[in-house]
Amino acid sequence: MNNPYIVLPVIFQLFTSVLLMFFWYRVNAQRLITIICSIISVGIAIWLFKEVYQNGILTMQAGEWQAPFGITFVADLFSTTMVLLTAISGMAVGIFSTGSIRNARLKFGYFPILNFLLMGLHGAFLTGDIFNLYVWFEIIIIASFVLITIGGEKAQIEGAIKYVTMNLLASAIFLTAIAILYGLAGSLNMADLSIQVAEIENRGLVNVVAILFLVGFGIKSAIFPLYFWLPASYHTPPPAISAVFGGLLTKVGVYALLRIFTLIFIPDEFLGNLLVVLACMTILSGGLGAILQVNMRKIFSYLIVCHIGFMLAGLGIYTELAIMGAIFYLIHDIIVKTNLFLASGLIFKLKGTLNIEKLGGIYKKYPKFSLLIAIPLFSLAGIPPLSGFWAKVFLIEGGYKANEWMLIGFIILGSFLTLWVIAKLWAEVFWKDAVALPKKINVKYFHELKPFKRWAMVIPIILLAVTSLYIGLAAEHIILLSKQIAAELMNPSAYLDAVLGAKTETP
Amino acid sequence: MKTIIFKTASTYLLPLLVLFSVFILLRGHYLPGGGFVGGLIASIAFVIHSFANGLEQTKNLIKFHPGFLMPVGLCIALISGAAPLFIEQSFMTGLWFENPIPVIGMVGSALFFDAGVYLVVIGVTLTIIFTISETL
Repeated sequence: MNNPYIVLPVIFQLFTSVLLMFFWYRVNAQRLITIICSIISVGIAIWLFKEVYQNGILTMQAGEWQAPFGITFVADLFSTTMVLLTAISGMAVGIFSTGSIRNARLKFGYFPILNFLLMGLHGAFLTGDIFNLYVWFEIIIIASFVLITIGGEKAQIEGAIKYVTMNLLASAIFLTAIAILYGLAGSLNMADLSIQVAEIENRGLVNVVAILFLVGFGIKSAIFPLYFWLPASYHTPPPAISAVFGGLLTKVGVYALLRIFTLIFIPDEFLGNLLVVLACMTILSGGLGAILQVNMRKIFSYLIVCHIGFMLAGLGIYTELAIMGAIFYLIHDIIVKTNLFLASGLIFKLKGTLNIEKLGGIYKKYPKFSLLIAIPLFSLAGIPPLSGFWAKVFLIEGGYKANEWMLIGFIILGSFLTLWVIAKLWAEVFWKDAVALPKKINVKYFHELKPFKRWAMVIPIILLAVTSLYIGLAAEHIILLSKQIAAELMNPSAYLDAVLGAKTETP
Repeated sequence: MKTIIFKTASTYLLPLLVLFSVFILLRGHYLPGGGFVGGLIASIAFVIHSFANGLEQTKNLIKFHPGFLMPVGLCIALISGAAPLFIEQSFMTGLWFENPIPVIGMVGSALFFDAGVYLVVIGVTLTIIFTISETL
């Protein structure tokens, strides 16, 4: 069905950042606009989600150029769910930023760039054209380059160099893959490609292109051999920025992988095995890396890598049940990872450090905060009935039915490693007796902040914690949703019909 | 560069180049040209002026911070892109006036989009170049 308003989330983010740019130096006005506009954008995302949930897949042909010639925007359940999650995380990060980001950074255009980043994310989820996907990826990484370097501290620049280099490399590979694919199939529309690629006789070349896409998206989503840039850079910018990076940026890569490998390239046996092996190694390397670290945000960064492995595992098994597990995990992970990085920002403001060996006694001094932060922490570890548990159940069930014993072993190992790390973190940071820490001059502590800023830092954490509690406790809704998404992904005929109209008969 | 030839030439080049950039902007829908190239040419005009007469002179000439052109241009581009949404057509659909306007020719939302790009490019380029030459 055609609906021209499905681009509204994208347009609204652009509108917000343009509005913010008019108030370049007036930071308080920017704070107010950010809070109001981010709430409205969640409203728009909920509207879109409701619309798609009731009416099925909606499409929009930009400029009325019909597919497969023009740029198509497609809102199916998967993309609208991602848009909704992005809007929720974006709102949390936006509100958190009003309290935690220093004015000096705000005067360099922090909020407009953050909204450009969110616009890129919305666009990447909604587009149905593979070159357009590349363009949205570029918008995302250019905005993230600015965000990661804004403020210009030495550690930030060092992290940024690694981040920029790897992401530019990934973009180059992604673009090469698109070029070869266009040469092979003569189309860039994803729905059209889905039909064209299946008919190409040169399967060898198709597999090469598939691998190129895997490498390109794999670097962006920090999959096994090329994940090292992530833990080396995500702990350097301010916590609000790492939250949006950790919660959303790597997940765009996963989204693109799920989309491309269900719609365009159906994995053959070799590719499936490759995905499984990569998933195992990603889980292992992320989990082992997390054990070694003492910086809280570095621990979370390694855990991102570890949990990307879970989602990749779902894709590797490639049954509807496993994909459903991967999608459930994706939904849970976006909210929880954003929340954990925000929580680490709160802990930094409380104590002035993030070194878990130096931290301690938070439970004794701030019992309410501790219980609040416990929700995302234990959701991540997958303690039932919190959200991480259900996703793993379906992943393991999917692996069991497909006889992927090695993968099940690694998923369980990964869960244990996560649990170990979280338990260690909890014991060190919250339960251990407090050590007197030297007071830092350049850190503005939580109790020194104005009440508005304090609430601005706590409310988003509460919001996200409530969301992840909802995902865990009302899991049947999310299970139903992920089931529908997985069914749509595994059987793309509805998607093809919606984009290309009646003229297609799917093979 | 304080040579008299360059200084004299720059006073004449500035209006010429700005006019030329507008010409490039207007012909850009079907022929080579458009907002991006036009914007670059216009900013080159101001850069030449600043090389010849000094940065302060050019800043006095422009009167406001060139960075202000960025949100203005983005705003124009956004409105021209989103305008079709108000009549229930897709984002970025070209809307055209029925009759051509003298000198300019056919006017439609694409022209406003290009004009927005033109302003953004001038804003970005001048902000970058002015910032660099200030720190040198």
